[in-house]
Amino acid sequence: MIINHPLLGPRDASEFVYLGDACLMNRPAWVGERIEGEDANDAKTAEALQQYHDYVHLRQNNAGEHKELWYHEQGDRSWLVVTRNTITHEIYNVELAKDVALANKTARASQGGKK
Amino acid sequence: MSQKNRLNKDKSSGFIDRDKTIHFNFNGEQFEGYQGDTLASALLANNQKLVARSFKYHRPRGIFTAGSEEPNALMHLRTGAYQEPNVRATVAELFEGLEARSQNHRGSLKHDLMAINDFLSPFLTAGFYYKTFMWPKAFWEKLYEPIIRQSAGLGELSGQEDPDKYDKGFLHCDILIIGAGPSGLAAALAAGQAGSRVILADEDFVMGGRLNNETYQVNGMHGAEWAKTTLAELASMDNVRLMKRTTVLGAYDHGIYSALERKTDHLASTDPVYKTKPRQVLWKIYSKRAILSAGSTERPIAFPNNDRPGIMQAGAVRTYANRYDVAAGQNVSIFTNNDDGWRTAQDLAAKGINIQAVIDSRDIQPVAEISGANIEMGAQVIDTQGRHALQSIQLSNGKTYDTDCLAVSGGWNPNVQLSCHHRGRPQWNKDILAFVPSGDGSGGLPPEMHIAGAANGDLDLSSALSSGHELAKSLSKELGNASKVGGCPKAESESIANSAFWFVKTDTKSRSWLDFQNDVTTKDIRLAQQEGFTAVEHVKRYTTLGMATDQGKTSNIPAMAVMADNEGKTIPEVGTTIFRPPYTPVSIAAYAGRSRGKEFRPTRLTPSHRWAKEQGAEFVEVGAWMRAQWFPKDGETHWRESVDREVTQTRNSVGICDVSTLGKIDIQGRDAGEFLNRVYCNTFSTLKVGMVRYGLMLREDGFAMDDGTTARLGEHHYLMTTTTANAVGVSRHLEFCRQCLWPDLDVHVISATEQYAQYSVAGPNARKLLQKIVDPEFDISNEAFPFMACGDITVCGGTAARLFRISFSGELAYEIAVPTRYGYSMMKTLMQAGEEFDAVIYGTEALSVMRIEKGHAAGNELTGQTTAHNLGMGRMVSKKKDSIGNMMSERPNLIKEDANRLVGFVPVDKSEKLSAGAHFIQKGKSAITENDEGWMSSVAFSPSLGHSIGIGFIKSGHQRMGEIVTASNPLLGKDVDVEIVSAHFVDPDGERLRV
Repeated sequence: MIINHPLLGPRDASEFVYLGDACLMNRPAWVGERIEGEDANDAKTAEALQQYHDYVHLRQNNAGEHKELWYHEQGDRSWLVVTRNTITHEIYNVELAKDVALANKTARASQGGKK
Repeated sequence: MSQKNRLNKDKSSGFIDRDKTIHFNFNGEQFEGYQGDTLASALLANNQKLVARSFKYHRPRGIFTAGSEEPNALMHLRTGAYQEPNVRATVAELFEGLEARSQNHRGSLKHDLMAINDFLSPFLTAGFYYKTFMWPKAFWEKLYEPIIRQSAGLGELSGQEDPDKYDKGFLHCDILIIGAGPSGLAAALAAGQAGSRVILADEDFVMGGRLNNETYQVNGMHGAEWAKTTLAELASMDNVRLMKRTTVLGAYDHGIYSALERKTDHLASTDPVYKTKPRQVLWKIYSKRAILSAGSTERPIAFPNNDRPGIMQAGAVRTYANRYDVAAGQNVSIFTNNDDGWRTAQDLAAKGINIQAVIDSRDIQPVAEISGANIEMGAQVIDTQGRHALQSIQLSNGKTYDTDCLAVSGGWNPNVQLSCHHRGRPQWNKDILAFVPSGDGSGGLPPEMHIAGAANGDLDLSSALSSGHELAKSLSKELGNASKVGGCPKAESESIANSAFWFVKTDTKSRSWLDFQNDVTTKDIRLAQQEGFTAVEHVKRYTTLGMATDQGKTSNIPAMAVMADNEGKTIPEVGTTIFRPPYTPVSIAAYAGRSRGKEFRPTRLTPSHRWAKEQGAEFVEVGAWMRAQWFPKDGETHWRESVDREVTQTRNSVGICDVSTLGKIDIQGRDAGEFLNRVYCNTFSTLKVGMVRYGLMLREDGFAMDDGTTARLGEHHYLMTTTTANAVGVSRHLEFCRQCLWPDLDVHVISATEQYAQYSVAGPNARKLLQKIVDPEFDISNEAFPFMACGDITVCGGTAARLFRISFSGELAYEIAVPTRYGYSMMKTLMQAGEEFDAVIYGTEALSVMRIEKGHAAGNELTGQTTAHNLGMGRMVSKKKDSIGNMMSERPNLIKEDANRLVGFVPVDKSEKLSAGAHFIQKGKSAITENDEGWMSSVAFSPSLGHSIGIGFIKSGHQRMGEIVTASNPLLGKDVDVEIVSAHFVDPDGERLRV
């Protein structure tokens, strides 16, 4: 496969390390400091644990378009978000993960602002 | 008699150099051939009909084809370490001194003892494995498996290391053209003229494909002549790369193709050129467009005993005559169902070869006049005779002909293999009665692959030329290469009239071969279907049809015709199997390339590796690193002697150890402290500049990932160390955290592992030793440079260095780092300075003993299945901040009160030796899984205590001090009673490291 690196142009897939579903970027937010024995904290902890459980263990296994993380280890050490068709291996889009993460953060912030 | 079947010199094709006689050896007999021959053509020239034995029935077999589709003529080539099995004689070029041997027979080729299998054939039908070897059960290991192992396989490996070199390479082009037959040449010429960067690859050693084997005219000249002229023109173009002897093996993603170029297979291993080149090169070709112009393969007709030596593809007989000046027989007959078979008869007759009979299954007017030949229209060959070579054939009309070669033509199949590599399923073309590649778009063709010529069903020469020409022109235009292209090459049109006649219908007793290599007959197909295997993929696997090294290139379609007939279906209804790479067999060595032996992966050496080697160190591989394990002294006969000495001397005075392999990651930025807070479970932002702290890193699922010390070198500058094994993984993880999780943090990380050589100086005299080499302006006294201090210093009069007061051994210890280039001299300097203290150099074993004596966790404890809680570091996981794994480490099951805890163990009987991997069982209970309470992770003989010690995980270990349990090791069959103790065996209060 050839991955069209946003900064370096087309690079052979052998230069990359594959991680998996790009949902790994959506790490749950920290619940804040917890003090043992406080009921409110226990509830908060339970909810956070459920979120983390989903984050750590659940993945989409799409047949078709899939956003996934690739690391250019034998190159510039960029993490990339590659949108790839898992059936045909056609690659639709390649972005710097950092750009995607920043955009997500901005989006979350503006959503939060509306609430 | 030499070369009995070679045609007269005046009938030469020009592909054979009669002035260059080549001597070769087959099964110990000397033969002669000419430059330009293949092993097969030379054997045929010498009238060698019997060349092989079939796989299952050990039937006598002869050369069947003239190309890479050959199912029969597989043999050993060369001798000694150079021996290669399963070489197809039809593609092996003849060279002086070549030695070939037939394979798969016991005794001589002519009197193969295993030929008994042919008489046992009623018991060896399809699926006999599954039926026969099922019972009695006890027979499997003792009887069946040894027999199968002995019978399996065709050729034999030399058993010696492959003496040849193999290489890999990368090529780029606009258009890759696969196959240099008429359509491929026309395409290459048009694409080259248009200005495209072209690679033209062909498996043959002479390009031109069928043009060299036939007698058709192109542009008013002999086709072979036109091919030669065209190749000369292509060779003169800078934008065209001609790659003969190169088989394109597979179509991969995004226009990438693999191809194998045979560089020296056509040379004797004593040839001076042979040594200067890799034997084969595996190319990875990046193409923007590809044209598959792989031509077509002639298919046989199945009839009883159609596998005798002398029964061949008609096209192959024609090729041997036209290209190699060889008559495949003195008295040839032709059995055809199509007009092309008649072309063979005409070509042979023109070469002066005697034609006995032309048998056409169609009841039509004879297609051509063949002088002297008996013409049998509407007739079929229903049986053949001749044990080691064909002698006669019997026809359905009752006639019998004596003949020594039967040329069979069942029509032509497009070579669709590469079009299937992305799961493209070929479609039936009723005009040519064959499968052609699926169309663009829906069919699953590899993207940007286009098909030209016979591979696409354009069996007629004229249309093959024009399809290649037009395709190359339009693809070049697409790519913006629009220079003027010459006219399309013209050829006479040929008759390709065909008929759907696939096999001779027979009684159920006779055997008509479909797959010659795996011995699959029409009977086997019928049996498989009777037993319920009706899907084409099932029949294939049950009968092993098409699963031999030729991937069914000649057998698949006739077999599908038999299936269709049995089921009363049409061939397209039965469907077809598809193909995977590689197109033809490839030696494993070619895939390995240079990655063999020591070159399999890089070896990393520390900067002072040479010094350690000079001291006679025993090395051990740690990941890619070579690390010194221990340094034996004269008179020491056992590694324990060396290790005990190294430990004792270090604890008593001072020892030095190379710790350069530990991962070092430089972390800088205004948010470096915050970043470390988030990747370590404990806090780092509060660490003072000039100090070091131990850190434990968790995975997001809450389990321990890695540990190490991190030094704060400046306000915004940290240096992290990782374990040797995890250096790469931690670096990757940090980049993930930085880029994917917290892109807003101002922090950068870079590996500095190879930038520094680092040495541990440990023991009561460590400071005294270092004071001798650290420049005097740097005060390293206990007050000025306390435990866990760090800082930039200079040594030996101005050489920049870093000093860390950290200890893995539990002694007063420092680690000193210098730029890599000073590693060797630093090591020497330290040892010289240490002479007066009787300093010792110690390796990883002594390092390990000392860390076990101190109860420090290492790889054996950080297995990915242990948590901070298990390691006794649960309190380190700060709840005041977010960090990777922080949340999940609180899962109730991970922080259970009776969870495993890391503690120490000593044998009750101090003379007993402990073993790692032993499981703890309460005393008196039996050693079964239900009673398992944990395991011993690391053990050592402690020279400081004088007995064996261990650390390990046991349920609620920290609350069970003094309890005696059994350490049970069923693997060694040994149970040892051990006492649970603190893991800090030496200096439990840590006084030594603070002095």
